[in-house]
Amino acid sequence: MTAVRPPRLIGQPAPRPEAARLASGAGAYVDDVDLPRQLHAAFLRSPHPHAAILGHDATAARALPGVAAVLFWDDLAGVVTPLQTRHAGFPGLVSPPQPPLADRRVAYQGEPVALVLAASRALAEDALEAIAIDYAPLPAAADAATALDPGAPKAHPDLPDNLCWAGEISGGDVDGAFRDAALVVAQTFRFTRHTGVTLEPRGLIAAFDRASGQLDVRISHQQPHQLQVYLADLLGLPMTRVRVIAPDVGGGFGIKMHVYADEVAVCAAARLLGRPVKFIADRLESMAADVHAREHVVDARMALDAAGRITAFDVADRHGLGAYTVFPRSSTMETVSAVRTIGAPYAMAAFRARMQAVFQNKSLIGQYRSVGHPIACTVTEALVDQAARTRGEDPLAFRARNYTPGAALPFTNPAGVRLIDLSHAACHARLEALMDRDAVRRDMADARARGRLPGLGFAAFVELTASGSEAYGAGGVAVAAMDSVTLALEPDGTVKGEASVSEIGQGIAGTLARVVADALALPADQVRIATGDTRSAPHGGGAWSSRGAAIGAEAALGAAARLRAAILAGAAALLQAQPETLDLADGAIVDASGAPRLTLAALAQAALFRGHEFPGGRLPQLAVAHQHGRAQDRAVPTNGIQAALVEIDPGTGLVACRRHWVVEDCGRILNPLLVDAQIRGGVVQGIGAALYEACRYDGEGQLLTGTLADYLLPMAAEMPDIAVAHVETPYSGSVLGAKGAGEAGTCAAAAAVLNAVNDALAPFGTAIAELPVTPVLVLDALARRQAA
Amino acid sequence: MKPAPFAYARPGTLAEAVALLGAEPGAARILAGGQSLMPMLNFRLAQPALLVDINRIADGAVLRQDADGLTLGPLVRHADLLRHCAAGRGHPLLAAALPLIAHSGIRNRGTVCGSLALADPAAELPACAVALDAELDLVSPRGTRRIGAEAFFRGIYETALAEDEMIAAVRFPPADPNWRWTCLEVARRQGDFAIAGLAAGFCATGAPAARLVAFGVAERPLRLAAAEAALTARGSDAAVATLADLDLLGGGDYPAAYRRQVLGTLLTRAAAALGAPA
Repeated sequence: MTAVRPPRLIGQPAPRPEAARLASGAGAYVDDVDLPRQLHAAFLRSPHPHAAILGHDATAARALPGVAAVLFWDDLAGVVTPLQTRHAGFPGLVSPPQPPLADRRVAYQGEPVALVLAASRALAEDALEAIAIDYAPLPAAADAATALDPGAPKAHPDLPDNLCWAGEISGGDVDGAFRDAALVVAQTFRFTRHTGVTLEPRGLIAAFDRASGQLDVRISHQQPHQLQVYLADLLGLPMTRVRVIAPDVGGGFGIKMHVYADEVAVCAAARLLGRPVKFIADRLESMAADVHAREHVVDARMALDAAGRITAFDVADRHGLGAYTVFPRSSTMETVSAVRTIGAPYAMAAFRARMQAVFQNKSLIGQYRSVGHPIACTVTEALVDQAARTRGEDPLAFRARNYTPGAALPFTNPAGVRLIDLSHAACHARLEALMDRDAVRRDMADARARGRLPGLGFAAFVELTASGSEAYGAGGVAVAAMDSVTLALEPDGTVKGEASVSEIGQGIAGTLARVVADALALPADQVRIATGDTRSAPHGGGAWSSRGAAIGAEAALGAAARLRAAILAGAAALLQAQPETLDLADGAIVDASGAPRLTLAALAQAALFRGHEFPGGRLPQLAVAHQHGRAQDRAVPTNGIQAALVEIDPGTGLVACRRHWVVEDCGRILNPLLVDAQIRGGVVQGIGAALYEACRYDGEGQLLTGTLADYLLPMAAEMPDIAVAHVETPYSGSVLGAKGAGEAGTCAAAAAVLNAVNDALAPFGTAIAELPVTPVLVLDALARRQAA
Repeated sequence: MKPAPFAYARPGTLAEAVALLGAEPGAARILAGGQSLMPMLNFRLAQPALLVDINRIADGAVLRQDADGLTLGPLVRHADLLRHCAAGRGHPLLAAALPLIAHSGIRNRGTVCGSLALADPAAELPACAVALDAELDLVSPRGTRRIGAEAFFRGIYETALAEDEMIAAVRFPPADPNWRWTCLEVARRQGDFAIAGLAAGFCATGAPAARLVAFGVAERPLRLAAAEAALTARGSDAAVATLADLDLLGGGDYPAAYRRQVLGTLLTRAAAALGAPA
């Protein structure tokens, strides 16, 4: 591979080239496209958390004007098989089959039961009201904490109990560490369910051509190639007859990385009817049937020696993952991720995490931004603050003493996490400089003068990004951890490309173009990388695990190096020069003196239109492909630290975020503007988790937060200024050195806010160990103080 | 999330609108700003046979301030009234309450009379109407009647409106310069419906007098008569103590005890802001 030239574009702030088009309303999302003869889908969804279906009658619905079909599972069973998650990385995983439409039983509220296809969505919804289903309600498993108790209602009557999977991660002498501890802090933490509310809801148009046997699916999705694999499998089609297109995608956050039962049902219906079918989830469906995330109860304790050094963590996590373990990746990835990075910033000697993932008659839990890590970070950092407070010590000083020192890296910690290329001390120092402690002290004094209770909280974190093939592929799941980029030189000297990474609003397509432009010494706008079409891009991972810069950009760089070599070889043949004496500059091939000898356009035109000019007729290969996957390191760890300043109103219990600071290390920064935007957006979702967002169910499994009036998203008025700074420790295992950046904001923001709340409550000897922190919880905590 | 089928009419006059309401009582709903009705239609919680869109009726947006006070037609938007009050006209309670209503996009469309007709127990304007003894003109094919706000609001989304009636106008009495007013509320986010709110007035000139109307804590705007008496006689701590006797809404995420506590906080803060004794 040719050496990388000093970057001109990498590292420079640049707006997304697509931003103007999208912001001006010219985007083409799934619902902006209509196909001839298209039908609109609406799902009849279960109102019951758990019920047997004794019968159904759609006679009246089928007779309504504009209704083409009303389908039940028996209608689809001939063309599609149930979804069933298999993942050998979770030995003993219990995973019942999940039919795309309910088969004689519903296992969660919102589960699709019937599919209406009509001339418009409104007519389809009219027909939903005319379908009669004879439900016989069954006892519902709702509460994860009691799900394994003897006699607890079972989420699936045919299973022996509600256990989906249990596991343990341990290393070092945990019992010894706690026996010898000078101090043990312990707490039980409760985390509710969230969902990632995308601006554009899930949606697809599936079209099946009977003549060619071709299924085309245009879908708002993060992983078109993964979906192509599974649709082909479920529908019994060769992959060459399944094309998945992810057009403009209005946000993903992990919500759009799954294979959903309702989306599979739409594809099956399109195949059955031979007509295009459009389904756009409305917000009611999104709240009930998009994957939820989190829901953990974590019993955790941390041991310290007499010098205040953390020696061990011991945790037990009960994870409520809903009615099925999400297809195809398994909800248990959230289970493991919620504990694996507990204690990861610190030089602990022993670690034990016991995990139990249980079924419930609730919506499925899936991967959502920073999968599991916010749980691990909150548990760790709340215990760290508890220990510092118990010792009467400054929380930053406590952390500084306990970080895994850079000199100790690489280090595989007792949780089995391999830690490399981290910068805790540098991030810590950068945060202290960024915060302006005097200004913070003034803010806190000002808040006290207004009768408020100010609090300042910190949260250091380690996040595992850009997961390798060990995460899924090793478990037999058809998920690519690699990515592909193709490039071709056009006759006008510009470069077009296709990438398997997915553009979902984060700006990765433009970022890859800049990486390629840098390598080919072209202006950024001379390179255009397309994403999201399985017909044109070779297979690859898409958008998951913050992989765009760490893996996609390496693939782009590799492809650019191949194209560069081909260009120089072709030019050398034409110019009768040695390739090593040539270089690229400003869209031209230059000689050793820097003098332009041939433009890229002239080379391309010669190759494409006048091939006879090349000696021996040997055309330069000006279309190239490169695939990048990582052979080493299961994941690329990143680190950082966040701080939050909050004010509690003791009269109402409301918590206001006043300031927020983030210092993070995502290695080489390709585009600081986009990284900062990712960090800020992630922090907002973390603050949402800390104070606002909750998918709430009652004790019988009824969803109480069905709309955005009930599911409180953080809004601009609630958000503080978020200051962002960086430390750049390049990843040692790649050329560019970039690591994942998209989820770091979410990873630690909730922990910082919770610690800030508890800092504010500390003078009253009370604390909260539950998210979100509601005003009722705050006043209850203050009342406990008064009662004590 | 599409509405069930409905017929649609867009009358040009109030009389035509009323005639449509009377043609088949109970079958029609008035569409003004649509900020609550449209979601209810799309959730299919409301399935009227006929939607009477009054946005084009003549003189519907009348906003008149004279010696009788402030009179608002059925198409006066929250934003219209907010602009009027922000210029020091209108009424100081309305000036305090209107910025708390949702967000600017909603205030641009939502109407004052529409909010009163909906009678959401957590809404600000019904409480203001009760606090200020506003009067409403209700019109139907049978004629027009006038009703006080206290009598108009009956329960959660329940009012004195008959099936063939609509609000033709609301009139707020002129502001008494001896009274000071404020509106405070607790909401999780800026613009959310109140978990608890208080429209409060206090007059320190001559014999002290107070007017306190809570919202978000009961099925309708709740006049706090005992608290008013306690506030004028003994101060805000005594007024807060009277809240213990109230039967407040609970349930959901906010138990009655929480609403009682924060209502007390709001009362204390309102009293301080209005110069009432502690």
